[in-house]
Amino acid sequence: MSFGVVMLCHTALDRAAQVARHWAQAGCPVVIHLDRRVPDRDRDRLASALADLPAVRFSARIACEWGTFSLVRATNLAATQLLDGFPDITHVLLASGACLPIRPVAELAAHLAAHPDTDFIESVTTADVGWTVGGLNQERFTLRFPFSWKKQRRLFDGYVRLQRKIGFQRRIPDGIVPHLGSQWWCLTRRSLQAILAHPDRPRHDRYFRRVWIPDESYFQTLVRTVSTKIESRSLTLCKFDFQGRPHVFYDDHLHLLRQSEAYVARKIWPQADLLYRTFLTDAAAPTRLAPNPAKINRLFAKAVERRIKGRPGLFMQSRFPTARRGGNLSAGPYGLFQGFDELFQDFHPWLTRNAGVRVHGHLFAPDRVRFADDERVYKGGLSDSASLRDYNPRSFLTNLVWNTRGETQCFHFGPGDVQDIASFIAGDPNARAFIISGAFAVPLWRSNRPFPEIRAEAARLQKIESDLIARFDHPDTKALTRIWSLAEFVENPAEPLLQLLDDLNPRGQHRPADMPQLVPLGGFGAFLQDLRNQGMHPVMMGDFPANFDNAEKNLT
Amino acid sequence: MNSWPCRRPLSRIGARVSSAWPIGDLRDSEVSLAALWQAYRLRTRRRLLLARAFRRRRQLTPVADRTAAIRRGDILCFLCLRNEAQRLPFLLGHHRKLGVRHFLVVDNASTDATPQLLRDQPDVSLWQTGASYKASRFGMDWLTWLLMRHGHGHWCLTLDADEILVYPHWQTRPLPALTDWLDRQGQPSLGALTVDLYPDGPVSQAQYAPGQDPAQVLQWFDAGNYQVQVQPRMRNLWIQGGARARAFFAQTPRRAPTLNKIPLVRWHWRYAYVNSTHALLPPRLNQVYATDGGELTSGVLLHTKFLPGIVERSAEEKVRGEHFADGAHYASYYDRLTQDPVLHTPASSRYTGWRQLEALGLMSRGGWV
Repeated sequence: MSFGVVMLCHTALDRAAQVARHWAQAGCPVVIHLDRRVPDRDRDRLASALADLPAVRFSARIACEWGTFSLVRATNLAATQLLDGFPDITHVLLASGACLPIRPVAELAAHLAAHPDTDFIESVTTADVGWTVGGLNQERFTLRFPFSWKKQRRLFDGYVRLQRKIGFQRRIPDGIVPHLGSQWWCLTRRSLQAILAHPDRPRHDRYFRRVWIPDESYFQTLVRTVSTKIESRSLTLCKFDFQGRPHVFYDDHLHLLRQSEAYVARKIWPQADLLYRTFLTDAAAPTRLAPNPAKINRLFAKAVERRIKGRPGLFMQSRFPTARRGGNLSAGPYGLFQGFDELFQDFHPWLTRNAGVRVHGHLFAPDRVRFADDERVYKGGLSDSASLRDYNPRSFLTNLVWNTRGETQCFHFGPGDVQDIASFIAGDPNARAFIISGAFAVPLWRSNRPFPEIRAEAARLQKIESDLIARFDHPDTKALTRIWSLAEFVENPAEPLLQLLDDLNPRGQHRPADMPQLVPLGGFGAFLQDLRNQGMHPVMMGDFPANFDNAEKNLT
Repeated sequence: MNSWPCRRPLSRIGARVSSAWPIGDLRDSEVSLAALWQAYRLRTRRRLLLARAFRRRRQLTPVADRTAAIRRGDILCFLCLRNEAQRLPFLLGHHRKLGVRHFLVVDNASTDATPQLLRDQPDVSLWQTGASYKASRFGMDWLTWLLMRHGHGHWCLTLDADEILVYPHWQTRPLPALTDWLDRQGQPSLGALTVDLYPDGPVSQAQYAPGQDPAQVLQWFDAGNYQVQVQPRMRNLWIQGGARARAFFAQTPRRAPTLNKIPLVRWHWRYAYVNSTHALLPPRLNQVYATDGGELTSGVLLHTKFLPGIVERSAEEKVRGEHFADGAHYASYYDRLTQDPVLHTPASSRYTGWRQLEALGLMSRGGWV
């Protein structure tokens, strides 16, 4: 009792010879199908390399093109030859020249001996497959595909569109329910013979000749009509990238392949000396690790995700998304505080203490970047130079957030800062913006500058702040935004403060023991009235009470 | 190292940011008269570059021409250098190990052991020229000619002598594995970020022996201060930043060196590098980045400029004035370099390998596992 192997080869023939020798020496007859487009010189070299092995034979050669029926024909020819030539084999394994047995042949033989009537072939109805790339599932069976997908892509796509438009449908022959699956299978002699000698085979072949990628559906469909027991999984480990092309295994996958449950892996890079050396000597058996197919699946799923989704918030040489596809997204949440350091003397330490975040000063101050602890060069080498920052403020901010992943960054902002970044922040769903409008007037009021200067400055800052708030109040804003007018805020400061702690750290327990102290604002109302009297119109503060005085108020 | 013209108007104040915002405004390529006109102009430019390179081929004198040994599918490396006897042994060794089968080198008037060293290598073809480096588009005219003549159909790696290519899995997967993967992905070129390596003390203090891995001496780099924008005309990225921008160009960031490069390309004789290896024509070769949020495979060029000798070299280069189109603007850069600066800061990262660079987001394996 043993099994035979059909090998479809077209490149890396020396590796194919090595593997064929391995199968044959382990007692498995091999029939090799060699693509007719391989030069005769190479064929002769392969044949002479394997001449000493009577159990290795060559089938008639057909020119094979990917995605066409020629591959099925080649398989059928070789399989027929194998079944006829070696009457004692019970199973036939279909492999390619780039397949490598990753477990001892004896283990596979034992597995097949234990399941003498089982066909190991992935076979799934078209409605249930999620893996086809290109969107052609059911349509593989109902449209015609006279053009080559690889060489005549435009014609291929155009003809598919045309058929869809006209509503053209091929009739699926009676008794056939289309199934798809990996093209690498292991069938019992009985099932394979039944498919090959089926009375309707000419009709099947005629039908499948026009199906797209029939090597993934011919046997997968027909086996359903003849088999008594199907185990719908492939014994060959084969992973696909996001374009539907098979992943290649390299030397560094050795550890991974040892954890596979499969018996054969595909495709192996022809120069992966270590893999070939390791797995083609049967010493591989004792070093086998506990099977962990989930790990393999995870790794390859992650690779596809890295290729398709990337790492959000990272802008680099091979990831530069447009605005719609994540170009306006930073790597994690961060907080912008406008008006807080004007209103509180000890806001900075309070926030650090209670929110568990990193609090910077005015990162966008016009003279230099005010990093936390007044650092000159911050994590990742960010410089405190204002001109470097302003040269590309978005890179500055996204770099800062990326460099400090895992720690929420907070910073002060204000109408006195460079405003270029505001637009990005407003559009960034990771931003948390807390704005007390009109607070910019408090330091002006407390300063001893001449009143006309204060008035002009207040007007300038008010203009900038109102533009900013218009930007953040916009329907397109994605940032979580809280805006209070100064009047609203001083009415009851505790509630907004608790709210911002919740927003910054939604799962935290926020019962701060203390609250920051408001600066005394007695007389600020009169100051606003003075501004009005001088012809300015301070609106951002809201309806600030003229006689407000918080000197004796206790916030806690 | 050339400076790029920049077309971004500066708007410092004003909450509403104009549409001239440099990044994120990458538009889908469209078919319009303007786009066709642009494509035509770039085509003309490419042809002029090729014609220019063809003319300058006479400036090259073959010293050792072993190009007959190049076989189909070989990976080739193109270098233009001057006085690099110190860096060459490691440079050749590293890239040879990666699978470069032939080096095609232009020696621009070296006065040290460089020519002797190169002449004796079995896999190096050497040309010499005494003509001006600057007038030859910083050596690109010569290399363009060699690429045109010998690079067609090959994967070609074009480097500076102080650059070392690393990419995901480079220790276990040589360049043919990478180029196979790129071929299968339909990616005709590979992007690589130049990362400046520097020592922990003054740059002249490090001890380096030829042949040694420079990363043992220059252990530090800046991990996260790279500024990315796109230049819509040729759709290439423009990345600046790193240690040099931080230390030398804090006041004039626009003049900071360009760090994005496209060193590895499946070459066609009609292709041409436009500006060092930062950008190519035709423009589709510059699309080494995904714009849909995903990541393409990319590498890093470890930049070993700050090996000992940089101080004297900077003084010399300042006088020669062969390195920048408008050298006067870079006088202070050279002056700072000759003052033996310390680039290391507490925020520097110590280089530990490609996995670190990938985790930091300086390069990506894309879907290549």
